[in-house]
Amino acid sequence: MKPIVIEGTPKTPSIKFDPSEGVFEISGRSIPENSVEFYRPLLEWLDQYKEVPLEKTVVKIRLEYFNTSSSKCILDVFKKLEAIHKAKNEVEVNWYYEEDDEDMLEAGEDYESIIRVPFKMMEIEA
Amino acid sequence: MSFDVEDYFSAVSSGDTILCFKGNVDSERINETLDTIEEKLIRDNEPPRLRKRVYNVLVESLQNLYHHMEKAPPDFHDQKSERYGMLAINRTGNGYRIYTCNFILNDNIPQLEEKIEQINRSTHKEISELYKFILNHQRISAKGGGGLGLVDIARKTGNKLEYSFKKYNDKYSLFCMNALVREDNKNINT
Repeated sequence: MKPIVIEGTPKTPSIKFDPSEGVFEISGRSIPENSVEFYRPLLEWLDQYKEVPLEKTVVKIRLEYFNTSSSKCILDVFKKLEAIHKAKNEVEVNWYYEEDDEDMLEAGEDYESIIRVPFKMMEIEA
Repeated sequence: MSFDVEDYFSAVSSGDTILCFKGNVDSERINETLDTIEEKLIRDNEPPRLRKRVYNVLVESLQNLYHHMEKAPPDFHDQKSERYGMLAINRTGNGYRIYTCNFILNDNIPQLEEKIEQINRSTHKEISELYKFILNHQRISAKGGGGLGLVDIARKTGNKLEYSFKKYNDKYSLFCMNALVREDNKNINT
């Protein structure tokens, strides 16, 4: 299936979900006023991907900042991944946070406690 | 009954102000404010954790204004602004205090006050649990807010939200709020 690639801006993250390369990544800043509109294409893409997923999908989340309205959209992304995982496919989320950024670590742990998908917390140098 | 709203805000937010605006809060204003503060915090060599927290709380404060404010009352001098609000950021001894002020319908005060009081009654742990609960159970409102902004501000700051309502006329009041952002957020209410 066709990949989804969205270039990042100062307020919206880069998105690259490309099954042919095995890349699934959201990175940068996610602080738009209207996050629902921004995340809609990705959520729709995931609905299609759910029908033909790879055997293993590793999703990397490397966010520097995200606002609370994005936090709900990110949860929706994870819920789609959870459905793929539930359908007996391997799914893993790698949640990146800078050392000392305990807020970002806690945010990852929040998702980990809500979503039934394995999470790996990945500390990176600031 | 009405009073000089801008003088009032200047008085409540007086201090070592590093940025202040009074006027329309649109997407462009939000971007400019965030860029200015980010540059300032980097230039002043603030530690990354404090810098990120100030940035985060500022994003939520600005977007709370953007999503929730009422249009200014008809007799208010600024009728051009779609979304009239005021914001100030003051440097304090150990962090930054972010002030916001906007008009609110008097009828909506009890609901907002109850929400803030619920947050202020909660421990840090309870606020984290409340955040997760709202994240998982509430949809994004028609106004675009996620209902999480105030909870997130309280969680990131670790401090009580200070607030006041000042009656403007029979229909409107001015809602002012401020939150202190410090590098360490775990000392209070744990």
